[in-house]
Formats: sequence, C-alpha cells, structure tokens
Amino acid sequence: MRAEPGAYPAAGDGTGNEGSGVIASTVVHTSDSSPAGPLIEIHNLVKRFGPFTAVDRVSFSVARGEVLGFLGPNGAGKSTTMKMATGFLTPSEGDIRVCGFDVQSRRLSAQRAIGYLPEGAPAYPEMTPRGFLRFIARIRRLSGQDADQAITSAINATELEQVLDQPIDTLSKGYRRRVGLAQAILHNPPVLIMDEPTDGLDPNQKYQVRELIGAMARHKAIVISTHILEEVDAICTRALIIDRGRIVADGTPGELLARSRYHNAVSITLDTSLAEQAALLLRAVHGVAAVEEIRRGPETIFTLFTTVQGEADTTLVDHVSRLVRERGWQVRALYREPGRLDEVFRRLTRGDRSGQQTKPGAAA
Amino acid sequence: MNEMLAVFRRELGGYFATPLAFVFIVIFLFAMGSFTFYLGGYFESGNADLSIFFNFHPWLYLFLIPAISMRLWAEERRTGSIELLLTLPVPLWAAVLGKFLAAWVFAGLALALTFPMWLTVNYLGSPDNGVILAGYTGSFLMAGGYLAIGAALSAATKNQVIAFVLSVVVCFLFTVSGLPLVIDFVSGWAPQALVNTIASFSFLNRFQSIVNGVIDLRDLIYFISLIGVWLAACAIIVDMKKAG
Ligand SMILES: Nc1ncnc2c1ncn2[C@@H]1O[C@H](COP(=O)(O)OP(=O)(O)OP(=O)(O)O)[C@@H](O)[C@H]1O
Ligand SMILES: [Mg+2]
Repeated sequence: MRAEPGAYPAAGDGTGNEGSGVIASTVVHTSDSSPAGPLIEIHNLVKRFGPFTAVDRVSFSVARGEVLGFLGPNGAGKSTTMKMATGFLTPSEGDIRVCGFDVQSRRLSAQRAIGYLPEGAPAYPEMTPRGFLRFIARIRRLSGQDADQAITSAINATELEQVLDQPIDTLSKGYRRRVGLAQAILHNPPVLIMDEPTDGLDPNQKYQVRELIGAMARHKAIVISTHILEEVDAICTRALIIDRGRIVADGTPGELLARSRYHNAVSITLDTSLAEQAALLLRAVHGVAAVEEIRRGPETIFTLFTTVQGEADTTLVDHVSRLVRERGWQVRALYREPGRLDEVFRRLTRGDRSGQQTKPGAAA
Repeated sequence: MNEMLAVFRRELGGYFATPLAFVFIVIFLFAMGSFTFYLGGYFESGNADLSIFFNFHPWLYLFLIPAISMRLWAEERRTGSIELLLTLPVPLWAAVLGKFLAAWVFAGLALALTFPMWLTVNYLGSPDNGVILAGYTGSFLMAGGYLAIGAALSAATKNQVIAFVLSVVVCFLFTVSGLPLVIDFVSGWAPQALVNTIASFSFLNRFQSIVNGVIDLRDLIYFISLIGVWLAACAIIVDMKKAG
C-alpha cells in the first residue's frame, strides 16, 4: 500500500522473456484483478494441526512493488502461512487470493503466477541443476528459445554456472539454495514467495540475492521470510512480525524502528578514562531520563534516553554536543539512534509477559 | 498433458540417474531366470512354451513391484520435493498419472528384457507366439495393477519401508483371493455373492486365463479399472494430506 500501487499502472509483465502461453495467462491476471489491487490478498487465515493453532487469523496484502518481510521466532507460523499461500496446505479457515485467483478453487491459475522457494529449498537430489531447471521450464510451459533464455538468465542471476552438471545432492547447502532460487524466478512470475532465501548463503551471495530481489521488486509482489534483521532494512518495504501464529507488528522498517526503546536515543562514545566524570555530567543533561553505559576496553559508549521515549528530540544531541565542547572531550562517535530492530523483535515476541502487556493496551 | 509428460519424463529419468534401475533390472532378470529354469524345471518339462515362466510372474511381482512403487510418493515426502511438485501448476491427476506411467514403463522395460526367453523357446521348438504375446500383455497389465496399489500406499506414508510392506500385503491379498484355500475359507460363512466377488478380484485366475492364450475383454477391463480405482485413491490420499 505504501508502495503507491498506482505508480505501476497495469505495467503488466511486459518485462518478460516468457513463453507466449505464460504471457497470455499473465495478461489474464492483470485484467482479471483491478490493476491497482494487491497481488496477494490474505484474509483471516487460520491453520490448525489437531488442537494446535499454527496460524491464527492472519490477514495482509501485498501490492506490486512491495517487498514484505516475514519475521518471527522459530515455529511462529511463517512457513505454514507460505505453504497455504502457495496451495501446498489447505487452510482451516480464511481465504487467499493471488493475482485475483482464489488459491483453493483456482489453484493452477494462482500457481502459474507464483514463484515459490520452499523452506530448505527441496529439489530432486539425483538431478543436475541443468536437468532440474529444464524440468521446471517444461512444467511452466516454456519451450525452445523461451525456455533456454529463461534458464540462462536464472542461472546467471544465481551464479550457478560452475555446478550445472553436478547432481544436486552433492551440492553444498548454499548452492542448493541457489538452485531453489533459480527455480522460483525462472518464469519471471508476478508474485514471488521465498522462505528464507538467504539462509546458508555466503556474504557475497547474500548481497547478490538482496540486489536481485531489489532489482525485481519494482515489477513484482514479493514475500520473504528471514531471521536476519538487517535484511529487513536492506530490502523490505514492509515488515510483518508474527508470533505464535498471530501478527504482532505490521509496518515499514521505519515504523518498526520507531517502536524501539532506542529510537532517537543519543549515543556517545568516549575514552574510558573520561567515563566516570562523563557519567555524572551526561545524566544531568537537560531532557535525559536514563543513561546506559557499555564499557568496551578503551572506549565507553553511553546511550542517553529522552524523557519521552521515542519522541523526536533533536535538542538532546545539541545539548550533548555543547557539553562536549565545554569540557573539551575527545569524542569517538556521537549519533542519534534510529532504533534497534532486534530489540523491538525481542520485546514483541518474547513470551506471554510482553504479549499480555501489549494486548490490553491495544484494546483500550 | 504437457505437465503430465514433464512429470513422466522426470520420473523415468530419475530411475536411470541412480544405480537403482540397473540393480533392479539385474535382480528382476536373475529372479525370472532362476525361477523358471531351476525351480520350474523348465528343461525337464520338455514344453516349448513359456507358461512355466509366466506362472512365476505373480509371485515375483509381489516383491519386485512394491520395490519400484514404494518410492513413488514416499520419497518425495521424505526429501520435501513434494512441496515443490504440488506448488507447481501441475494438475493432481497429471502428477499421479505421470509418476505411475513412468513406473509402469520402467517395469515394462524390465519385462521386455526377458526377451532371450522368447528367443530360446523359438530356438528349441515352435511355440505359439500369439499365446506368448498374450502372456506378456497379461503380465504387463498385472504389473500395472500391482504398481497402482503400491502408488496409493506410497502416498500414504513418508517411510518407504512401510510403503513396501503395506504394498506386499495388499498385493498378496489381491493375488490369492481366488485360490481354493481362500475361497474355501470364506465360503464357510460368507454368502455366495461375496465369495464370487472375492474370487473375481483375484489377479491369479485372470492372469492364468490370459497366459493360456484367452484374452477376455472382461479381464482387460478388470485390470484397467483396477488401475484406475487405485490411482484415484492415490490422488485422493495426496489431496487429503494437504489438510495437514
Ligand atoms: N504438519 C504439521 N503437523 C503438526 N504441526 C505442524 C505441522 N507443520 C507445522 N507445524 C507446527 O506449526 C508451527 C509453525 O511452524 P512453521 O514451520 O510455520 O514455523 P516457522 O515460523 O516457519 O518457523 P522457522 O523460523 O523455524 O522456520 C510449529 O509449531 C510447527 O511445529
Ligand atoms: Mg519456517
């Protein structure tokens, strides 16, 4: 929604080197659903396994141009939600539309529009990446030149050249993940759903995959799940934190950061020899509610929290720098904190304590 | 249709990408040969036909066919590739049929490689090649029946050993249901209609008549519809498992 769906008016998927069949069906998608409407619409989704509720009334939608990051502790229900969105699991309740197609009643049409990287990137172990991608191309109704082109560009995007003819079960974990990625983007789908796409990749490949997602984002609706919080800032336009099956936060990375205790706190790094004196003086600065002190050998980092938590208060930085100038301190770093996502994540997803605290507040 | 062929090709290729195909075919041929020549006393019988050879098929299939079918779905479930297959735009029937046909063609290939038997009888005497062809046809159909049963049971579990054992048991019941032993046991207490029904399910009786050179349309329909019913069951099981 924040990605101004109108900015990509029925741009269609003219981007593609897709087979004629796929282009035809893609055109149907865009004309079927209103062009500005979200490509993924999930409403009140519930999944129960026996008495256990893995996904509990999850609703969200993703428009073209958005990259939605799915965060949550292990077992939160991220993968289960994705499995339902891609038609692998049947929801207990609720409905899912992809490109306007109900995933239950029009499974195949919806699946044609989806590229999916399942958790753990399963593939056929005895096949080679080349054979595997050919198989996927055939299923995706790409043939001849279109298939060759799609396969080549997927291989290039995931840098698979070296291992093309090696059986998948002999590949390293990272390469296996890349084969799964290549498979997911092969048909240039309007909707891309990837379960931990960067898990097991080396730093270069992580960077590469983030770049790839960034480059594709403009023309697609993308959902990724991840445990790497920097990834949210790096590639997501929106993040959704889910805990024990429920959505506990939904917003842009900036909005999530704003919920951090550290949002707009001021950090100053000083020589440890100054620490004792500085601790007293910093505490006395106008507008400071609390000071946190971390000693790292020769350096000490003070974090100053404002009286009104989270509220923008640029004057605090001014006060601190004036103090620094007066005292003639050697400052190693001085900055206003944007907020810390890991802290927000921990607070929102840790146990009943925070859950109980936030719920009455939200209800009031 | 395209999707079905893609699944079929991948599956069939899968047999030959590992030593599995080679090992299976060697064991298959070895078992066929040794049963026919040693246990069956082929040379002593002095008959220039293949009835002894064919008579062993139901019993060999009982163990060899579940060895093929056990991996059809259980393996996909174990490796997780089923999630990939079922989230690709493949109609369920295409996935079920493509996999089954690949296994059937593979079994057919193993069967076809017994052709030296056929050459031998033709060298030793002048058999009725029409009857032999009928025998091969019947054997192939029966293999399809066993495979369809095995496919459905393989879809029910992710453990290949369980899939194998279940398939052997169910195939065994289908094989022996027409034997006097079973019929006598059942006719003691069951109504005649049920006895007839049970007897009519027997692979053995129908296969026997085909091997004797009598291809009855009803027998063909029986095997084809048996395959159809078990494949439908397979599709239903795969679909049910989506509920979690
Ligand atoms: N087939 C199943 N039967 C029973 N419970 C299941 C099944 N699949 C998932 N669950 C349960 O549902 C919950 C959510 O699992 P899910 O895989 O969606 O978590 P996740 O958020 O992806 O976690 P992770 O970060 O570890 O990948 C877990 O408690 C899991 O044990
Ligand atoms: Mg998961």
